[in-house]
Amino acid sequence: MAVPTGTTSGAPARPAAGDNDPGRGSREVSENRRRFGLSSRRAWLFVVPTLAVLAVVIGYPVIRAVVMSFQKDAGLDPSTGMFVEGGWAGFTNYTHWILQQCTSPSGVAVACPPGTLGSQFWSAVGNTAFFTVVTVGLEVAIGLWMAIIMGKTFKGRALLRAAVLIPWAIPTAVTAKLWYFIFAYDGIANRLLGTEILWTSDAWPARFAVIISDVWKTTPFMALLILAGLQMIPQDVYEAARVDGASAWQRFRQITLPLVKPALMVAILFRTMDALRMYDLPAILTGGNPATTTVSILVVDQVRQGFNSASALSTITFLLIFAVAFVLVKFLGANAVETQEAQRKGPKS
Amino acid sequence: MTHRAPELELPSRPVRRNRPKRFAFKNSRIYIGVAIILVWGLAPFYWMMVTAFRDPDYTFDTTPWPTHVTLENFQNALSTSSGNNFTRAVVNSMIIGGITTVVALAVGIFTAYALARIEFRFKYVVVGIVLGASMFPVVALVTPLFQLFTNIGWIGTYQAMIIPNISFVLPLTIYTLTSFFKELPWELEEAARIDGASRGQAFRLVMLPLAAPALFTTAILAFIATVNEYLLASQLSSDATEPVTVAIARFSGNDPHVVPYAAIMAAGTIVTIPLVIMVLLFQRRIVSGLTAGGVKS
Repeated sequence: MAVPTGTTSGAPARPAAGDNDPGRGSREVSENRRRFGLSSRRAWLFVVPTLAVLAVVIGYPVIRAVVMSFQKDAGLDPSTGMFVEGGWAGFTNYTHWILQQCTSPSGVAVACPPGTLGSQFWSAVGNTAFFTVVTVGLEVAIGLWMAIIMGKTFKGRALLRAAVLIPWAIPTAVTAKLWYFIFAYDGIANRLLGTEILWTSDAWPARFAVIISDVWKTTPFMALLILAGLQMIPQDVYEAARVDGASAWQRFRQITLPLVKPALMVAILFRTMDALRMYDLPAILTGGNPATTTVSILVVDQVRQGFNSASALSTITFLLIFAVAFVLVKFLGANAVETQEAQRKGPKS
Repeated sequence: MTHRAPELELPSRPVRRNRPKRFAFKNSRIYIGVAIILVWGLAPFYWMMVTAFRDPDYTFDTTPWPTHVTLENFQNALSTSSGNNFTRAVVNSMIIGGITTVVALAVGIFTAYALARIEFRFKYVVVGIVLGASMFPVVALVTPLFQLFTNIGWIGTYQAMIIPNISFVLPLTIYTLTSFFKELPWELEEAARIDGASRGQAFRLVMLPLAAPALFTTAILAFIATVNEYLLASQLSSDATEPVTVAIARFSGNDPHVVPYAAIMAAGTIVTIPLVIMVLLFQRRIVSGLTAGGVKS
């Protein structure tokens, strides 16, 4: 590994804080501490590469998308019949999605005809919201139950934890294909249930297929996060409650839930953000089924039909997701930073 | 003991005398839960493998144990006669995953060190940026990058996937490493400095070996996250550079009207087995790495 860059390049700025020249042996210990204490200037040298990289890989594309979203997509000018390249679009790309307004051949704004991408915005938002609420809800409930089981002492605990990591380790694309096979018309799901459901092409079965496979894949991850939180609850709290005659349900409601809440909130925040950008599962499992079109799928479908309109859509998506994150952090207290800090400063487990 | 009059003395709280029985009951409840969780984690994966090793004529056979065992599906999965090139896709995934992981670690290790070790102004701004970046929807990158990479002829190149992958792997690397670093015995670094080691030496010779397991775990998590990526790769790769996720998603058979389920399951098995082995070997580390970002004392 490379030597930290700050070792030499940080020296000129504050010589006393970090120079490495010989002859320091005679100094006092307190002097040593001051010298070896890490300056905040040096910290910035360590942080700047990351900020620069993030600015290039996230900041630049986002700004580019915002700029593009205010430009017209190339196309035929309805008034002249000529092919025109772009031009200032104002908010028409945004109203195209939010108000579902398309431009008719005569150049007037009309409601987007059914079947076009423009008409699918709100249904895609609805699908995404539905998937998010249902999958995260199920994952919290089942994950909590799994975590409680996994937290008990029994033989083969390590084996169980390895087993729950398997759904997490399988790439989502493979998961989608695996459930595509399970949910095939002749597949094992229909055979076991004795049904003849068209799991991937009918509207509601397709939604459930996506939900089931997503819950299968991510609940174990949720369970592990919750388990980590559970393990920080000292056992004597439970002992004390038991001595006081609290029932199992009371212990769960009044000890487990409140004490695991910070960990749970972080898990919910992260999972919600993941669910809102869901793409792989519905795209591969039920490919093209409008009943499972999420906003991410809509963006990708739009990319090849017009960059600028797609940019507006991805900007809307981005704002929606950050609005949800903001609300979660603000009102549920799911502040990952604060929680992490509080737990770091709190009693060591 | 003998003077007990059970009928009269029945207390409001259950008697604890029949403890072994209660214990057994409780235990059996736990083991039922354990069994359910095991089936949850393993059954679909098991079914993928059974199908992968089963004669494709019997793909929809519901016998729960392996029957008609054959390697034919694996030959079909790796065959290039139907326009697939799965071997190449595996290599592509390793190239993309490997480079992304190394770059993210090389950049992230310094930031994680600073966040774990140094108090500086605006530290929480940096933490906020990293967390915000980790929640950033990748889909918002697709449009501008697709347009940009089309203009500069990068569609289908490795860098077209590696660069955007860094957007989510780097934040993951930083917050995992930061929480690992917070637990290292940094007094040793100071001791080494007092003994005359330079800052670089103290870090390289004392702290780096101690941090090696953390780096290794973070590398595994970063690699798995990259190999898992599908959205960007599906838009920015070409036939020659597509990773396994894209290859599996558009895997085709000889007959366009028949889905080659068995071959796809075989391909899925090929991808999954190394990952599962990694998970089984490093289970403890991976769990601590996964939960490090969220909860860690």
